[in-house]
Amino acid sequence: MSASILDQNVASEETPGAKFFPPFVPTAALEAEAEKRLAQFPADQKRSAVLPLLHFVQHHHGFISAEAIDWVAARLGIAAIKVLEVVTFYPGFRQSAPGKFHIRVCRTLSCAMGGSHELMEKLCDLTGIDRSHADSHHHPVSVSPCGKWSVEFAECLASCGTAPVCLVNDDFHEAVSADKARALLDSYEVSQTSH
Amino acid sequence: MITYKAGKQPDPREYRLIFKNVDREGWDPSIDCYLRDGGYEDLRKAIAMEPKAITEEVKKAGLRGRGGAGFPTGLKWTFIPPNNTKPVYLICNCDESEPGTFKDRYIVHQDPHQLIEGMVISCFAVGAKVAYIYIREEFPEAAIILENAIAEARAKNFVGTNVLGSGFDVEIHVHRGAAAYICGEETGLIESLEGKRAYPRIKPPYFPAALGLYMCPTIVNNVESLCHVKHIVRMSGEEYAKLGVKNNTGTRILCVSGDVKKPGYFEVQVGKVTMRELLYDMCGGPKDGRSFKAVIPGGSSAKILRCDEEFTLKGKGPEGSDLKLSFWDIPMDFDSLAACGTMAGSGGVIVMDDSRKMSWVLNNINSFYAHESCGQCTPCREGSMWMKKISDRIVAGEASPKDVATLESVAYQIDGRTICAFGEASSWPVEAIIAKFRDELVADTSPENDALPHNPEAEAQRRFLQHA
Repeated sequence: MSASILDQNVASEETPGAKFFPPFVPTAALEAEAEKRLAQFPADQKRSAVLPLLHFVQHHHGFISAEAIDWVAARLGIAAIKVLEVVTFYPGFRQSAPGKFHIRVCRTLSCAMGGSHELMEKLCDLTGIDRSHADSHHHPVSVSPCGKWSVEFAECLASCGTAPVCLVNDDFHEAVSADKARALLDSYEVSQTSH
Repeated sequence: MITYKAGKQPDPREYRLIFKNVDREGWDPSIDCYLRDGGYEDLRKAIAMEPKAITEEVKKAGLRGRGGAGFPTGLKWTFIPPNNTKPVYLICNCDESEPGTFKDRYIVHQDPHQLIEGMVISCFAVGAKVAYIYIREEFPEAAIILENAIAEARAKNFVGTNVLGSGFDVEIHVHRGAAAYICGEETGLIESLEGKRAYPRIKPPYFPAALGLYMCPTIVNNVESLCHVKHIVRMSGEEYAKLGVKNNTGTRILCVSGDVKKPGYFEVQVGKVTMRELLYDMCGGPKDGRSFKAVIPGGSSAKILRCDEEFTLKGKGPEGSDLKLSFWDIPMDFDSLAACGTMAGSGGVIVMDDSRKMSWVLNNINSFYAHESCGQCTPCREGSMWMKKISDRIVAGEASPKDVATLESVAYQIDGRTICAFGEASSWPVEAIIAKFRDELVADTSPENDALPHNPEAEAQRRFLQHA
């Protein structure tokens, strides 16, 4: 199946973050992941592996492209639309590249009371991110002009007692009041240069 | 003698069963640490029992599900059809996403083997050879911790084929969600595990215990509930049932967040701690210069309570008088909170003080549900969005008093008209906040706003009419 029909339906946009992620190509590691995950389900239930495979793709390529959807669909023996409908349903999947460091700030009640909106504003100030076009449903992710940072409001990250909290890629940070935003960003600047 | 890390000592009123190892000095999530502490001994005991006998103990213990609904766990297990020939699955619901709830986080990050031991015992009891831990995507580190822990348990033959020489085989797999709240609903979770959009299934006929994962009998239990199973086996159902109060047995973890001096988690005997003890004695009371205003007692879906409320309970007092209960005297258990018109839910207690505007609180909650509605049922998909739009207007000072009534009517048109309980989860907060803080909400509105256009189309129409 060609990706051309999908291309019309995949809401992918060019972002400054794209340069930090390699374009999707099927790799041996992806195939190994597929085999590992498929072994966890009955042989006639390959579709169950769709979430794990999409996670793997997004982790390595930043987002889920039409090519990736095609590959996953073919590997699981299901129609591409069955993969696309999963990508569009779950807020955890993206169709465009985030920044190199993607920051998810919890916006739900306890964190909002604890100052998560102030934290978000501060992060945007410091990284030069314009969130004016962000909306929670269709454009949740905003990327900095340099592509290094992106922000998104997340719903309850389940650490309400240490509000406000955020995730930076896979790292969890708690009690991040707005005055700690600079230090949080710095810790990633440093780790980036030291690598 | 167990010691805890500095500043993390449990409150003296706590009773630590599930959280015994959370913040414990010298504790780590490895199997060696767990085994040094007597880990997997309860599995040895269980695997020598008849599976049915374990279910009987869980029933005797009176364990009620800790995920939200409070349904008796042992009873749920007996719903697997007796003449079943299909494979049986067990799913651990680790999608912890009810706003205000943060207990499972600490179990899976700090004490993964407690969960695995509870799961293997439960699998043995219900005859499940394959189990999945459906873990929310926002716990990436915990997913790795659990995968490692399962590998450690397999290496010691607590998981895998012929567990401890018993002839019982079980595999546990970790499956990550993708940030959708609806996957905490058990049938939505099952759809998600099947690789689909998490649209909940209608009950009947799709009770998971009969028609669950791949249309096979499936038991879905919360992380905390599965951990309790291990302790029930150790203590016996009868001994476990002595903890807590009648029909509300055992311990449960209360998660307190919001406007208190010391927010955090507290494992207590169910019903043995009142709202006053929890918020004043354990959480240090309100912040300086503030007073408590309202509390959501069981996750954001639970109906809000005013701190100055008094409840009239069903039944009569000794001399035929009404039975009254003040907010501060409510015992934190399933039945008492239900009697006060709300629910114990998932144990997430969110506290608001007098600095909080209820319109703002309501709008935050509405935004959550509008974002998380799966979109399957029209009343919920459209209603949750409309409720957010209306509360957006109230917060922006653009609402008229009529909007409060409209908001209320939208809520009552969702409630009871959807496939899953999300309809109630999204409308109860609106119904309760309006019922209890109507004057405050109306005070944020103004009659002349009736004439305001509320969207670009209406604005364009207004301009057109002005020029016409």
